[in-house]
Amino acid sequence: MKYKDYYAILGVERSASADEVKKAYRKLAQKYHPDVTQDPAGEEKFKEVTEAYQTLKDPEKRAAYDQLGSGYRPGEDFRPPPDWEKQFRERYAGEGPFGARGGAFSFEDADLSDLFEAFSRARGGGRGGAGASFPGEDYEVTVHLSLEDAARGTQVELDLGMPEADERGRVRHVPKKIKARIPKGATDGQRLRLRGQGGKGVNGGRDGDLYLNIVLHPHPLFRPDGHDLYLDLPLAPWEAALGATIEVPTLAGAVNLKVPAGTAAGRRLRLARKGLPKPGGGEGDLYAIVQIVNPTVLGERERELFRELGTVSRFNPRGHFTGESHG
Amino acid sequence: MAEPEEGAWLHAAAQVTIVELARSSGMPEELLRELVGYGALEPADPGAAEWCFSAACVARVRRAARLRGDLELDTPALALVLSFLDRIERLEAELRHLHAQLAAPHR
Repeated sequence: MKYKDYYAILGVERSASADEVKKAYRKLAQKYHPDVTQDPAGEEKFKEVTEAYQTLKDPEKRAAYDQLGSGYRPGEDFRPPPDWEKQFRERYAGEGPFGARGGAFSFEDADLSDLFEAFSRARGGGRGGAGASFPGEDYEVTVHLSLEDAARGTQVELDLGMPEADERGRVRHVPKKIKARIPKGATDGQRLRLRGQGGKGVNGGRDGDLYLNIVLHPHPLFRPDGHDLYLDLPLAPWEAALGATIEVPTLAGAVNLKVPAGTAAGRRLRLARKGLPKPGGGEGDLYAIVQIVNPTVLGERERELFRELGTVSRFNPRGHFTGESHG
Repeated sequence: MAEPEEGAWLHAAAQVTIVELARSSGMPEELLRELVGYGALEPADPGAAEWCFSAACVARVRRAARLRGDLELDTPALALVLSFLDRIERLEAELRHLHAQLAAPHR
């Protein structure tokens, strides 16, 4: 069994009061809670902190932990005192890895957290008292999809590590593959629930659910906003000025878009129902946002024509600086 | 391998009953009712015999429930967390909307 220094994890002295332990936990939990932290290592740290607190907040567990002494380094292999093992067997005989019914048992293949988990189980409080039923755990996983897959609907195969209790009641992570169908119409940040695909319930408790959190990969052309899509539509100055019919890509293939004469940069041209399908039926829209782009390299003739245009045109794009209206 | 599992979208067009919301968040119905009293949760039809909620709130309520358990939050703090999470979701949606309109730098 590997030694963990629960006091060091919480950053408190071994002599800390229950109140100090609680305060230290709260501070760290707020910092590293996976629902709050931006720290990628936060989840691991949070688990560590919670494990330490679960043991130290309970006077009985803390007394048992203190019996281990402080002569170990974190991660060091250690063997609990022999009378400890005996005490555990006698006091917590019953279900679980430390029970008399658990068959052959050795502290060596247990984890320190299993040990203290066994305390709560053996006391019969809450989960897993003999015969009590409790629901399986819910799982949340993030699934990355391309925009095309989100629009069409797709199937994903998920590799999940799910804790399952073995015949000795010890919890181990077991790999589990789940094929899930993602119906069409996913949007960024949306959640899909698969009922009963989470952890197994115990003693007749219901199975947990699996929640998929959909994240869309950035697309080289389209930017999603809910079920609407946005596309930049670069136009040459003469296309914008004279109007043109432009071939525009959509998720369902190219379509022709009529750009009216005198189209300004930034104007949104709507292609109705060319966005993402909505789950209740119908589709979002596709918006093409006009950009007016100049050639970066001009040929001699092009330069001549622009010069001529500049001489002929009475257009003043900055009329509003001096109160004139656009010409 | 078995047939793929079919999922259900938790979006604003779908609803969950208060019983379902309690089940999926692990919070008692009574507490959910209290949160409605705080204005932190809004039933689709407050006059209905059995309250239903937009399925879009399931993830938020689950998240708040985790924070409640792990940070030992009392009910007023939980209500505050829920309203902040709601606000974050709205702001993130707004941000997505603005990002979508923002032209990519021209290549």
